[in-house]
Amino acid sequence: MITLTNVTKYYGTRMAVNGVSLEVKNGEIFGLVGPDGAGKTTIIRMLAGLLAPTSGTLTVLGAANPEKIKEHLGYVPQKFSLYGDLTVMENIRVFGALYGQSAEKIDVVASHILGFTNLMSFKDRLADNLSGGMKQKLALAAGLMHQPQLFFLDEPTTGVDPVSRREFWQMLFKLNKEGTSIFVSTPYMDEAEFCTRVAFLHNGQIVSCDSPEGLRQAYPYKVLELGTKDRDIKEHLKKCSILDINMFGDKYHLVVEDVTLATTQIQSVLGEMNIENITLEEIQPTLEDVFVALAREVF
Amino acid sequence: MYAVELTNLTRRFGDFTAVNNLSLQIKQGSIYGFLGPNGSGKSTTIRMLCGLMTPTSGSGKILGLDIAHDSEDIKHKIGYMSQKFSLYDDLTVKQNLEFYAGMYSLSEDVGERRIKEMLSLADLEDRQNELVVNLSGGWKQRLALGCAIIHTPQILFLDEPTGGVDPKSRRMFWEIIYKLASQGTTIMVTTHFMDEAEHCDEIGFIFEGNLIANGTPSQLIKMVPGVLVRIATHEPMELLETMIASSFPYLDIYPFGASLHILLEEDQLAQIAAFPYKQITPGLEDVFVYLVKSKRKEMKI
Amino acid sequence: MKRLRALLIKEFIQMRRDKLTLAMMLVFPMVQLLLFGYAINTDVKHLPTIVFDQSLQQDSRDLLNSLTSSEYFDIKYVANSFQEINDAVDSGKTKVGIIIPPDFSENLKHGRTATVQVIVDATDSLSASSAISAAQLIGQLKSQKILLQKMQGYTGHATQNPYEIRIRPWYNSDFVSAFYMVPGIMGVILTMTMVMITSMAIVRERERGTLEQLIVTPMKNWELMMGKIIPYSIVGYVQVTVSILVGILVFDLPIRGSLGLLYGLTSFFIIASLAQGILISTVAKTQMQAMQMSFFVFLPSILLSGFMFPREAMPLFFNLLGNILPLTFYLQIMRSIILKGVGFSIVWPQVLSLIIYIMIALVISIKKFQKKVA
Repeated sequence: MITLTNVTKYYGTRMAVNGVSLEVKNGEIFGLVGPDGAGKTTIIRMLAGLLAPTSGTLTVLGAANPEKIKEHLGYVPQKFSLYGDLTVMENIRVFGALYGQSAEKIDVVASHILGFTNLMSFKDRLADNLSGGMKQKLALAAGLMHQPQLFFLDEPTTGVDPVSRREFWQMLFKLNKEGTSIFVSTPYMDEAEFCTRVAFLHNGQIVSCDSPEGLRQAYPYKVLELGTKDRDIKEHLKKCSILDINMFGDKYHLVVEDVTLATTQIQSVLGEMNIENITLEEIQPTLEDVFVALAREVF
Repeated sequence: MYAVELTNLTRRFGDFTAVNNLSLQIKQGSIYGFLGPNGSGKSTTIRMLCGLMTPTSGSGKILGLDIAHDSEDIKHKIGYMSQKFSLYDDLTVKQNLEFYAGMYSLSEDVGERRIKEMLSLADLEDRQNELVVNLSGGWKQRLALGCAIIHTPQILFLDEPTGGVDPKSRRMFWEIIYKLASQGTTIMVTTHFMDEAEHCDEIGFIFEGNLIANGTPSQLIKMVPGVLVRIATHEPMELLETMIASSFPYLDIYPFGASLHILLEEDQLAQIAAFPYKQITPGLEDVFVYLVKSKRKEMKI
Repeated sequence: MKRLRALLIKEFIQMRRDKLTLAMMLVFPMVQLLLFGYAINTDVKHLPTIVFDQSLQQDSRDLLNSLTSSEYFDIKYVANSFQEINDAVDSGKTKVGIIIPPDFSENLKHGRTATVQVIVDATDSLSASSAISAAQLIGQLKSQKILLQKMQGYTGHATQNPYEIRIRPWYNSDFVSAFYMVPGIMGVILTMTMVMITSMAIVRERERGTLEQLIVTPMKNWELMMGKIIPYSIVGYVQVTVSILVGILVFDLPIRGSLGLLYGLTSFFIIASLAQGILISTVAKTQMQAMQMSFFVFLPSILLSGFMFPREAMPLFFNLLGNILPLTFYLQIMRSIILKGVGFSIVWPQVLSLIIYIMIALVISIKKFQKKVA
């Protein structure tokens, strides 16, 4: 479906993507995960045919020239790029017509897609007056008008409220079930769990690429979750056999090699200091744990 | 005296109300998390507090000074860091710090001492002579913070400070924030990463310009009714489909990383006995899923 | 003072790092001066000309010789019919058509008026008026000569011209248009770079978000403005120096007045231009808008200041409009000092106008510059 071989992209002297090789199969929801500036947008733009790589080769749907397969591609850029001064329905019509569909067909497909994206009741609202989450749904709807085989989405849920974010992913999931392959980037680690495969991108390089489960299994350490109100915990636990301490919400994730050893050490240290009301248990590493560890190795 | 005290603060852009009758108080020395999706009015509020925008109506006080009339006096006491990390790309790390030391008219020796402190705080000592353009997100972010607090402000406003940095840098950043708070700085921080909210002493949640919740994390967690259970799964989306299709009664169900969260009444627990569920206390993300859904019902959208 | 110092240091470091812009500032005035100095020549000579000579006598050849030796007309084609003349002028192959009637020589001999028809393509008014005046002048000279010869024939001895007018062009005695243009171009270059640089500089800080950070510091508006005006004034001076050097070395521009006075008074114009730029930046939200607004200043500056067209010939409204442009005054100052060699006692009214302009622009800017983002 998609192959990238040693793809590198420079902007002037700045390297944005550094020797990336990837293969995405038909029917996947492929997640490109990484912080801003890691190169996610550049990769998606190259795949969507908006940018040419500096070196390396890429094929999309078997074609090296994206011009030829554009009618089978959908693309939702990071920045809302529809017309704010047109209504939801007018935007949909414009994009349907751009792909050369007849007026009757547009109406049929549009009503299906607007129903699917829960935008039917807003069809006469100006796009500018939609909330962030709804704008993203509209962008998705417009991108779906020509029923693409392969859909690129660049950070579709960044800054969207937690409910719309989940609704959006449910839509992607449904689309994927209906046979659309999806290539999506996100800065949210929890969303990576919803993908069939995930590539972690860091400073333009892929540091790891596997299914969420595979990534978790490749994680070489154990994770202890420590719940405490104490904020100087890092200082207190300095002498314990702990590789890394990271905050996760109101809890701490302690990266350890030996769970029992670390547990006894922690309990005795905190007991000595009279720090009470703690919870301590081993948990399955989250993808965020995995990524924090990977990012550390790269530095 | 509160560090920040807002009364019915409102800002309109044309006929769009970005911030609607916002009232809140922030205690001195606390970390206040200001949460909400993009476009909900977070930045507008912070900008009004920093004197970058004028409120359409309502009033605000910072350390007892009025934001509309005393904005020049306020400026000496506050630090502000925006999501854009407003640094000069073509200056070096140290030159940026020197510049802001000059802008706050720090004396020679105080300036020098603070620049040193900021370099060590941001872990930038080894890179002080590099051009900012060559720094990646996390470094820039910590430098921007250094520039914003070089004059030792009493209140620090952070507008989406952790957008665009990797998870490791986000954590380093929060550790600095903790340190500042423990030294007595009041911090107001906006974010759309819900997990970061858990670091705060108090939290306000803004949605479509309205403050829909305000309190300590434990107060907010109590707002969620019923019980919350978690079913771990490698295929959260698949399971979600199955669960929704099986149409058993629940209050809400949604995917949550590699798991499903189901909110239900206590007496509905028996329905899911067949699944390996675990009862959990809601996190802030659960709170906000609940709040957003309730608000949507109320606003009928 | 600490803040202004910090702003200045920052600005100088940035300027030093941005080598491309610096190079542009040096190369730009040189290239513009060479281009305009050579290309803009208001004396239009060597107009391509077609001739239909039906007389083909000594007299007609004599007339044609006088026409070509004036350098205004280059006889490129010889026509054999009116139609050919029409076609050549219509198609733009030639700008001028000259038709000498068959009875030209005959009429001259019999003391009758000999008519020569000169057809001029007047779409380009400048070349047309050049051609017309040249042709008329030559015609008059020729007829005068013939008259004198005739009188000589009657009286038997040489006769003096009844009277002669000698025109003595002052200040630019060789009519070198470059002399007139170079000071003008210097002013135009300064306007363009100074207005654009400042308007963009502040708006760029707005776009990058650094202005937001500056506004939350206790910085005063005037400090921000001075922080931009001082460094860019220096750039302006470098440009003036480059322009004058090019003027002297390439165009042999004579500096008749005091160079010190010229430099001193230039500062008023530079500051006035920078103030214009700052005024723009208080309104413009993006660099694009700043650019467009800068052009809104450039065009009237070029057209109404007397750089291209004499202000005396402008309708009153446009003449007055030109009076609100700093370039108008600066051109008068420059041309006076460089070409006339006059001193401050003559140009002080213009200097006063510039000072008033600066005061108004800066006061509006400081008042108008909202320390707000929206």
